[in-house]
Amino acid sequence: MRERITNLWSAVVDHDRRLGWVMLGPAVIYVIVFVGVPFVLVILLSFSNATVGDPRIHHFVGLANYIQVLHQPQFLTGLENSLLITFLTVAALLVLATLEAELLAHKFRYKWLVQILLILPWAMPVSLATLAWLWLLDAEFSPLDWIFRQIHILGPGGLFGPALHFYYLGRTKFAIAAIVAVNVWRMLPLATIIVLAERLSIPQDLFDQAQIDGAGLFRVLFRITIPALMPVLMVAVLFTALLVFGDMAVVALLTRGGPGNSTQVLPYWAFLQGINGGDLSAGAAVALFLLPVLLVMAIFALRFAYRSEQA
Amino acid sequence: MRRILRGFSFYSGLFLLTLFAVFPGIWMVISIFKKNSDLYNISTNPFLYHPGPTLSHLIYLFTGTRFVTFALNSAIIGGYVVAITLLLAVPAAYALARLTGRWGERSGMALFLVYLIPPTLLFLPMYEVVTFLGLANTIWSLVIVYPTITVPFCTWLLLGFFKSIPRDLDEAAMIDGCSRFRAFLRVGLPLALPGIGASAVFAFSLQLSDYIYAATFVTSSSAMTVSFGVPTELIRGDVFFWQGLMAADAIVAIPLMLGYGLLFNKLVSGFQSAQIAGPQA
Repeated sequence: MRERITNLWSAVVDHDRRLGWVMLGPAVIYVIVFVGVPFVLVILLSFSNATVGDPRIHHFVGLANYIQVLHQPQFLTGLENSLLITFLTVAALLVLATLEAELLAHKFRYKWLVQILLILPWAMPVSLATLAWLWLLDAEFSPLDWIFRQIHILGPGGLFGPALHFYYLGRTKFAIAAIVAVNVWRMLPLATIIVLAERLSIPQDLFDQAQIDGAGLFRVLFRITIPALMPVLMVAVLFTALLVFGDMAVVALLTRGGPGNSTQVLPYWAFLQGINGGDLSAGAAVALFLLPVLLVMAIFALRFAYRSEQA
Repeated sequence: MRRILRGFSFYSGLFLLTLFAVFPGIWMVISIFKKNSDLYNISTNPFLYHPGPTLSHLIYLFTGTRFVTFALNSAIIGGYVVAITLLLAVPAAYALARLTGRWGERSGMALFLVYLIPPTLLFLPMYEVVTFLGLANTIWSLVIVYPTITVPFCTWLLLGFFKSIPRDLDEAAMIDGCSRFRAFLRVGLPLALPGIGASAVFAFSLQLSDYIYAATFVTSSSAMTVSFGVPTELIRGDVFFWQGLMAADAIVAIPLMLGYGLLFNKLVSGFQSAQIAGPQA
């Protein structure tokens, strides 16, 4: 009897494993063909001399593309800007997402309506969202400039007057700030939802107990909320940093890398080189500079996953 | 007093964050109905209509531009991408959650890493692949490539949903004589339906959001998507048809906002169950 049960059991396990393969197979094959192969190709491409006109990878030129790329001033500006923009965006997001999640953890009237409004930036496709910002920050017709004129910050006699406009996208520092603002704006809903999910699973007892003990708002925030949220804040940082670091649409549409090339970023430079300039291999070399940063983030992700597995 | 102060800071915080989220949207919607003479006048209050609103730019978007073509392309591509994604991701997630054991845990993590690879790293070799397959400059190039973004993400999301279904339920069905696969169809699928719905919404909006692949593969306007066609075709050189652009923006954004907004609580609980390597039961 026992033998039969064991046999039956092992038969089911074998069957399961086979079924598992059949169900998993198509997704794995798809990912290998359309992610694995291009991943190898991008490395090969960066050592070749392929162009849009002749995209075959048949002649290898060693490190020539990398040397060429490293000599471009736009590349160095792009690398610097990519890191700076990602860092500033994530720093602002950490503060705002913690705050927004804290507010949304409480009950209030018309919460559903507020949730719908708050999620708008994330629901919009990136390029269309950027167009809305491009119009909001228009050099001449920005309604923000009008508001600043009304409160005497711009215009004759204003704090920054007599200029009538800030020309947000016309000066490097303002333009970088604008790119950061758009990225913070579009990533905040996602970051908030990740943080809120964790915030809601902190036991309410902890907060009740703190209130009985007479702990103030900030004490509760720094002693209970933030320590409990730490691991998930890491996840939020990781997600948003990757999405910001890898994005080219915001810069491509908002500043086109300008003024000059002062707001250039790596992904857009790779696109300009590879597709607009037709030099696929140089573009690939630029894009591959994203890889070390991605690897560092992947290691963080794995360590985090490992730690939560231990817990 | 302290309560009032707390209430005040709570609601003013909420108000400021909401204003930040919707301000570009408010300006977008106001702009759609402005006459040119009103829009390009910096002396008047830009938030009000001075000679009154007009619908002519909205009508022009549908009659004088290729916006409808872009929208249809995006809808068709979206339909195929959602179908492909669910066909690949639902069985894969179930297999990882139930059938592959420890090895499955590792694969779940590998999948998450695949999701972390951004399109900006792969768009150039993808151009090679698409050219090799003879699909360049067609919507099919996008149909075949977008699942690289959606499949890893949705599998990972669904993994969390399947893991949150108690094992006892499908085991009970199997004791009643169902095969494993039948248990998946009869018990796993219906219970994961909210997760499948959320995955479909995500897959659709992820493909809608793409800019770089469309910009890489497509040059003719008949194959352009909303995300790429609107900023490319509706702007001629340095001439912006702002009202039309904002109308196109709003038409895409408002339904998505409602969809996402109504899913808000589901998304939060989705992230609660779908931790980074799937929930740790």
